[in-house]
Amino acid sequence: MSAVLEVRGLSKSFGGIQAVSNVDFSVAKGELLAFIGPNGAGKTTCFNMLMGQLRPSGGDVFLNGEKITGMQPRKVWRKGVGRTFQITGTYQSMTVIENVQMAIISHNKRLFSIKPYATHLYREQAMSLLELVGMPDQAERACSILAYGDLKRLELAIALSHAPSLLLMDEPTAGMAPSERIALMELTAKIVADKGISVLFTEHDMDVVFGHSHRIMVLNRGELIAEGSADMIRNNPMVQQVYLGGGSVFNNEQQSDQSHA
Amino acid sequence: MGLFIAQLLTGLANAATLFLVASGLSLIFGVTRIVNFAHGSFYMLGAFVGYSLMQVLPGAIGFWASVLLAGIIVGIIGLIVEVLVLRPVYKAPELFQLVATFGVILVIQDLALLVWGATDLLGPRAPGLKGVIRIMGEPVPKYDIALIVLTPFVLFALWYLIARTRVGILVRAATQDREMVAALGVNQSWLFTGVFFLGATLAGLGGAIQLPKGGADLLMDFNILAAIFVVVVIGGMGSLPGAYIAAVLISVLNVFGVSYLPQSTLVLMFVVMAVVLIIRPYGLLGREEVAGEHGQVGEPDRPIKPAGTVARVLVALLLLALFALPLAGSHYLVVLATDIIIFCLFAASLHFLLGLGGLVSFGHAAYFGGGAYVAALFVTHANTPMELAFLLAPLGAGFAALIIGWLCLRLTGVYFAMLTLALAQLLWSLVFQWDEFTGGDDGLVNIWPSEWLSDANTYLYLTIIVGVGGIILLRHIAHSPFGYALRASRDSQRQAEATGIDTKKIQLMAFTIAGVLAGVAGALFVFSKGSIFPNELEIAKSFDALIVVFLGGVKTLSGGVVGAASLELTKDYLTRFEYWRLVLGLLIIAVVILAPRGIVGSLRVLFERVRGASK
Repeated sequence: MSAVLEVRGLSKSFGGIQAVSNVDFSVAKGELLAFIGPNGAGKTTCFNMLMGQLRPSGGDVFLNGEKITGMQPRKVWRKGVGRTFQITGTYQSMTVIENVQMAIISHNKRLFSIKPYATHLYREQAMSLLELVGMPDQAERACSILAYGDLKRLELAIALSHAPSLLLMDEPTAGMAPSERIALMELTAKIVADKGISVLFTEHDMDVVFGHSHRIMVLNRGELIAEGSADMIRNNPMVQQVYLGGGSVFNNEQQSDQSHA
Repeated sequence: MGLFIAQLLTGLANAATLFLVASGLSLIFGVTRIVNFAHGSFYMLGAFVGYSLMQVLPGAIGFWASVLLAGIIVGIIGLIVEVLVLRPVYKAPELFQLVATFGVILVIQDLALLVWGATDLLGPRAPGLKGVIRIMGEPVPKYDIALIVLTPFVLFALWYLIARTRVGILVRAATQDREMVAALGVNQSWLFTGVFFLGATLAGLGGAIQLPKGGADLLMDFNILAAIFVVVVIGGMGSLPGAYIAAVLISVLNVFGVSYLPQSTLVLMFVVMAVVLIIRPYGLLGREEVAGEHGQVGEPDRPIKPAGTVARVLVALLLLALFALPLAGSHYLVVLATDIIIFCLFAASLHFLLGLGGLVSFGHAAYFGGGAYVAALFVTHANTPMELAFLLAPLGAGFAALIIGWLCLRLTGVYFAMLTLALAQLLWSLVFQWDEFTGGDDGLVNIWPSEWLSDANTYLYLTIIVGVGGIILLRHIAHSPFGYALRASRDSQRQAEATGIDTKKIQLMAFTIAGVLAGVAGALFVFSKGSIFPNELEIAKSFDALIVVFLGGVKTLSGGVVGAASLELTKDYLTRFEYWRLVLGLLIIAVVILAPRGIVGSLRVLFERVRGASK
């Protein structure tokens, strides 16, 4: 069967610096693909090229067989790609549920309607998304007073609001407590399994990566150096060398929290 | 050839003042993020104080000592203003401080009138530099040569201060990231005060140094304001060499403009600015501004709610009262109410843009005055019936807003604001100088409504229906999906774009809607007065709207309307006194300090507190 996302020869250079060079990969339907690598490896740059925030210097991106290279973010979104950001960017002046409603309004192309009241539109649909991420009680709270972990869950609800076929999550659990991280990833895994959504995510927490991905790709200095199951990645000497400098993490499945970097 | 060089030198000499004043403005903005409208007033004070000192201090030494002293005295006045007026409101929403500086303008205007009187003062000639020297046969004043020689030294001294000293490092650091500088243990308050002192000193020096060329008068403050904003923006915010280049460019072009294209003088600098910003969005030597990341202060906006029953009943009662107003039998009251409603609609249209869209337009009068002129021009030149002209006004204004918005929306933050100002000024100067078509300074007269509306009471009814209707329409749009998308584009452009919202298109449409409704206000205005003059689209008019939006509360839906009504009523009462500007200025400053959330925002907080306490 064909891949949901197919990336061929993706490259990006900033001035003389090659941030991403010749990256090939694909994401299958329903797959949870982790994208790891040290800071500065080019993960976020890749994400920005997939979703159109950045224009690639070379290579192509196909979504369900259709070429989306260099398309603007809002158009990529309309093709069925949801995204959450490393640093959350929700609408501070709206309530939690209005944040979700906004995305649904956009999906239904009613952005240019000047008929009040937007706050009554698609409420039930938005509420069920909030229920999905476990936030129905917070629906009427102002978004500006939300705790960080809740913002991350809200972003997930927003990203799911147009029933995407692919979800891009840039460090979904960054800045969260360990227990919250596991909870969020379990939630994500469950949702995407139910809905058959494919997920590509970057992550620094190895618990999350090894525990919740079907497949792992390792990026270093803009190049893809390994790809495979959790075990294959753990035992790959090249990955051990460049990524974790031969630390003990890979040999010990009962890692401690200190190894999170 | 000789004439050419002489003119070039005159331009260079004029650049001295412009550069001094503009560099002060640039420094103040860079560090404190305050758009200091009162900078022109500091410049004016410099001229007046310098004049008085020169009467007392004799000789060449006395002259230059007066210039220096005038700078320092104005610097101290700036320091006092910063400590008393601005320090209490640093935590207020972004740009709120400009309202306070507007209050300062009014206060200084009346104080100067009080101390120095209304007559223009002729500046004394500089001792020892009174004559002219001949360059290729053309006379060039010696004083001009002195200024040309002096300015690069001032530039160098300032550059040294900023680039090579510890104070300069702090100033530059604060320009980039205020919070970080504060976290490193630098006393921000004193840094701000110091920069304000320096900036005001430079403005004062600029005012004093131009005395032999221009003298001192009470219109200096507004006259230079537009020019220094233009210089700062063309040069690039925060760049001193950029400000110098821009000052020279503008001054030289101005001198040549006066001799070769006299009708272009007012337009010229705005054309240059518009061209520069469209080609180089951050000015000649400026760098991209990362506004909002660190600059945002104040609490975030609250979610908006549909009006409650109480509010609806109150509005209905107010409408009833307005409709019943003619029963009071006072023609004066009817006219006042008409004026206020028109101004409220104008302010509401700006508030829509500013409050919901976060788009700070410094030139919103262009659409108000523009709409009024469209109607007046059709009536004057094409004998268009009033009803049709009334419809064409908002269309014309909306079209202007569409074009100007399209050009300006490539920029963000303060550059956006400046380009809206420049393009609005362009429109103003066009109207002002195209005598045959627009009547120029004499305006267009005899623009009366049709027979059925000629009675003031009937016209009030029309104003209530159209004006209040427009305000309610804007409020409805605020609650509509479009209004939400507009706020989304402001809150997080990235998130909005990543969820299918074409933010630029939304913003352009909002800009146009605001323009159309300002045009409606303009149409109501021109037919209520029967005439229109260029001052309805000048900077002061734009600032009026800006001030009331902030005074009312930019983060509340009704802020614009409440602010506009309050200010118009206050003004109506105060203008019967001689020194009304002084009182109004102090009043504005008091409101700014006591109610940093604006009238509506602060009342709301007060109300919540009272209710919280009684629970």
